[in-house]
Amino acid sequence: MSATILFTIISLSAIGATAAIILYFVAQKFKVYEDPRIDQVEEILPAANCGGCGYPGCRGFAEALVKADDLSPFFCPVGGNETMAKAADILGKAVEAKDPLVAVIRCSGSPIHRTRVNKYDGASSCAISSSLYSGETGCQYGCLGLGDCVDVCDFDAIYMDEETGLPVVIDDKCTACGACVKACPNIIIELRKKNKKDRKIFVSCVNKDKGGVAKKACAVACIGCGKCVKVCPYDAITLENFLAYIDPNKCKLCRKCVIECPTSAILEINFPERKAKEETADEDSKTQVKETNARPAGEKENDIK
Amino acid sequence: MNKLFISPSPHMYEDTTVKRLMFDVVIAMLPALAFSIYFFGMGAIIVTLTAVVSCLAFEWLIQKYMLKQEPSITDGSALVTGILLAFNVPTNLPIWIVIIGSLVAIGIGKMSFGGLGNNPFNPALVGRVFMLISFPVQMTSWPVPTGFNNSYTDAVTGATPLGVMKEGIGAGETVSSIMDKIPSHMELFYGHMGGSMGEIAAIALLLGFGYMLFRKVIKMHIPVSILLTITAFTGILWLINPESNADPVFHLLTGGVMLGAIFMATDYVTSPMSVKGMWIYGIGIGIITVLIRVFGAYPEGVSFAILIMNAFVPLINAYIKPKRFGEEVKNG
Amino acid sequence: MLKTFPKGGVHPAESKYSANSVIEILPLPKTVSIPISQHIGAPSKAIVAKGDKVRVGDKIAESTGFVSTNIHSSVSGTVVKVDDVLDSTGYKRPCVIIDVEGDEWNENIDRSTDLKKEISLTDKEIINKINESGIVGLGGATFPSHVKLSVPDGKKIDVLIINGVECEPYLTSDHRLMLEKAEEMLVGIQILMKALSVNLALIGIENNKPDAIAHLQDLVKSYPGIEVHALKVQYPQGGEKQLIKALINREVPSGGLPLNVGAVVHNVGTAFAVYEAVQKNKPLFERVVTLTGISVKKPSNFMVRIGTPVIDLVEAAGGLPEDTGKIINGGPMMGKSINSLEVPVVKGTSGILIMPVEKSARKKESGCIRCAKCVSVCPQGLEPYLLNRLAQLEKNDKLETGGVMDCIECGSCAYTCPAGLPLLDYIRLGKSRVSKIIRTRKQ
Repeated sequence: MSATILFTIISLSAIGATAAIILYFVAQKFKVYEDPRIDQVEEILPAANCGGCGYPGCRGFAEALVKADDLSPFFCPVGGNETMAKAADILGKAVEAKDPLVAVIRCSGSPIHRTRVNKYDGASSCAISSSLYSGETGCQYGCLGLGDCVDVCDFDAIYMDEETGLPVVIDDKCTACGACVKACPNIIIELRKKNKKDRKIFVSCVNKDKGGVAKKACAVACIGCGKCVKVCPYDAITLENFLAYIDPNKCKLCRKCVIECPTSAILEINFPERKAKEETADEDSKTQVKETNARPAGEKENDIK
Repeated sequence: MNKLFISPSPHMYEDTTVKRLMFDVVIAMLPALAFSIYFFGMGAIIVTLTAVVSCLAFEWLIQKYMLKQEPSITDGSALVTGILLAFNVPTNLPIWIVIIGSLVAIGIGKMSFGGLGNNPFNPALVGRVFMLISFPVQMTSWPVPTGFNNSYTDAVTGATPLGVMKEGIGAGETVSSIMDKIPSHMELFYGHMGGSMGEIAAIALLLGFGYMLFRKVIKMHIPVSILLTITAFTGILWLINPESNADPVFHLLTGGVMLGAIFMATDYVTSPMSVKGMWIYGIGIGIITVLIRVFGAYPEGVSFAILIMNAFVPLINAYIKPKRFGEEVKNG
Repeated sequence: MLKTFPKGGVHPAESKYSANSVIEILPLPKTVSIPISQHIGAPSKAIVAKGDKVRVGDKIAESTGFVSTNIHSSVSGTVVKVDDVLDSTGYKRPCVIIDVEGDEWNENIDRSTDLKKEISLTDKEIINKINESGIVGLGGATFPSHVKLSVPDGKKIDVLIINGVECEPYLTSDHRLMLEKAEEMLVGIQILMKALSVNLALIGIENNKPDAIAHLQDLVKSYPGIEVHALKVQYPQGGEKQLIKALINREVPSGGLPLNVGAVVHNVGTAFAVYEAVQKNKPLFERVVTLTGISVKKPSNFMVRIGTPVIDLVEAAGGLPEDTGKIINGGPMMGKSINSLEVPVVKGTSGILIMPVEKSARKKESGCIRCAKCVSVCPQGLEPYLLNRLAQLEKNDKLETGGVMDCIECGSCAYTCPAGLPLLDYIRLGKSRVSKIIRTRKQ
């Protein structure tokens, strides 16, 4: 009995030892030199492997950083400036800080504002729906509501609001990797500058139809009236194809255009509530810091009616 | 006007559903169930009911409370698993073993892989093999088919024809002398022998096969390839030495060959997708079955053979592709 | 045994309600909107402007390349505007909108109904005439016909195949055409044979149209070189590759064209249009359209001017049924569902199908049970379950090696799937992604 056990132990150990020796020599023989800095850089990257930098995963990005002479075309949207600075430290190269970005959904066409005129019954994918036809509503530009952006988000930063049928970005989780921007067939999602306190002003519409057509399809569409362009003191707003666009780099968040917009297509987000009307609006009213997550006060109640 | 539906083509659908397919399988199993009840009596009813109820219950509980998804027991797949599990055990098996077997079949064999459509192994067979290895005594004490009066708890037990054959050959007896101890081929055909509940009556299983072919539930390739392979393989052995090897008809009619070929191996989820693949799969099952029966330690090997070939299915699917239209011309 | 293609295929309920309805001429609409791109290939360019007077048969848009085609006015009247109009997909497409005034035809068109059998033009002239007349494949694919007739140097065509299969359920426009315009169609086939310089033309007709088969078999006796073949009813036999396989047992290579195996396929409707263009000088501005459906009062076949809004056809067939749930442009297997009755009939419209609500919604989806039914019905020998999954995961390289580009989008897989999976939806998506990749690779 004990002989059997002994024999088993000896033979297994012998096999193990032989295998270890062979493995050691094989590993020596096929050793590939790799820049140790790649490992160091990869270490400080967020390991999200989201591809937001344009490289296949964090290791791919690390390799690219090590090889590159100039770091300015590279940016890790997840780690942001901090990570880039650390990477630059390791590599002994310089890097400039970039403005942090966040994804915004440029469509407010909930069923209240935008009536559904037919019923889509195909596979639940925006890409399929958009290649088939213009969508369930009269607006061919707006959100299709089938959630391709939600599916591609690696950070759970987007969810579909069941009531409005529109995606909502959770700003704190959004890393601006740009996956949703690529996934959206109607190019509704845009990466915009993350301002102080995450305040945002943008045209929440991408409808390029003439005013009448747009308004008929959706109550909160940009009708291309140009009032915002006139009122903007910083020339930040341009109008093209009956659609206004606010340049995030020129916009100073004065909120004049928001009041001016007749269809409330321009949204202000994370601003304190306005005290009264226009005059006080652009003053920095620090009272009543209640997050108004949409159009001017009073508008919502009207819509529901 | 109603809101118009918009969808990509096609706009027409066959009225076949998963549920209908599963219930067709259940209908196809009814003749075999009837024969078992006729031969084994109450035991068959008790074991079947226990297996079906516990399979359905476990699936419902697991989906509802563990996976937190909408229970889908109404699709009939758990019902099929339950009946198949019952078909694969002796009718005097204690209820608690049947329940444990059902838990293993549904819990480990099916739900742990993500439910219907994702399991690599036939759930009923996982349950059966688990029981066979864990409770070998209870799983191999086969009641003698004495008719409907057969009682559940204290049935007279005996060996299966396959067991008698294996033992006899092992003890050096000749096949012709063993043949006297077991029922005639005709009796084997309609199922008058000891064995697992559903495997005994070849005629009832063939009836079910005909029904499934008629309803286009399954294709004939897998059962036919298994049966042909077993016939050919055992036929060769028999021709070489008819005194130490049983004839092919005996092999086809005894044990789980018919049940396995018709109902177990044809399980959609765990069988190959292409016709060529189905042939390879069927031939593999046939060969392994005969190898285990003739050269192995167990008298019966169908369930092991199917499980082993189940493991090869992903490989078969990856490498055996259907012939593409226009492919030959391109290469030639 | 009747001939058919050997692999895959399904047999949906035929439901040919309008098979016995004689082709009626639809009254002229008030306005027509004629899209200026009704074919596969380069879009045409409008050559009329607002205020222009046009007559029936006048050219209103011009071909912009080899794979492109002319478009002719289907009515006489005044051009109201040339503008973007919503088409059947809900997106905007450029259209010529004409207000109808009277019915004045271009003086070159021979409006007599007598059969003209002698073919006076040479093969080159025939192809030019077909190009000039804006003829495209009328089976639904709308590929410009002159392209198919211009055989590249070094390729030898020995057989012309005429597609009278009409394998789509419900549709009967080709069936009626074969019964009512058979002689014209046969002359059209002879013209096509002359253009291709072939001596053999095979007409393939599915066996569910025995009257058309008998009628044509009777007539072809006086047309040497034309044969009529009855085929077993099997969808998608109307696919070019399947039809060639069924009739002459040649397999078009993967990624190849019918002319790789010495065959050219034309639809019976195209043959009729060729007759009218070559013998009667009449460009393609009208076609036979089936209007049918389970609850349609009067399932009909209409001779319709291109650009007529679909609503006119619906009214003529007894109005839109109360229980309408889906309107399909084309057949139920490959047609496109439309969301408005204002969209115009175009060259590729073979039928308008109105589905009741209870037949409109898709089957409820459940998980794939790997039953392999999709594999066994795929006429192209593909594995739809796998392509579906790969397309969802965007594995484009594996999709390509899996043969996604061979998919003919017949829909047999989705039709047969017991789990109600939208197989074709995702495969089509994958196919378009892969074809984009292939195109960029070529550049």
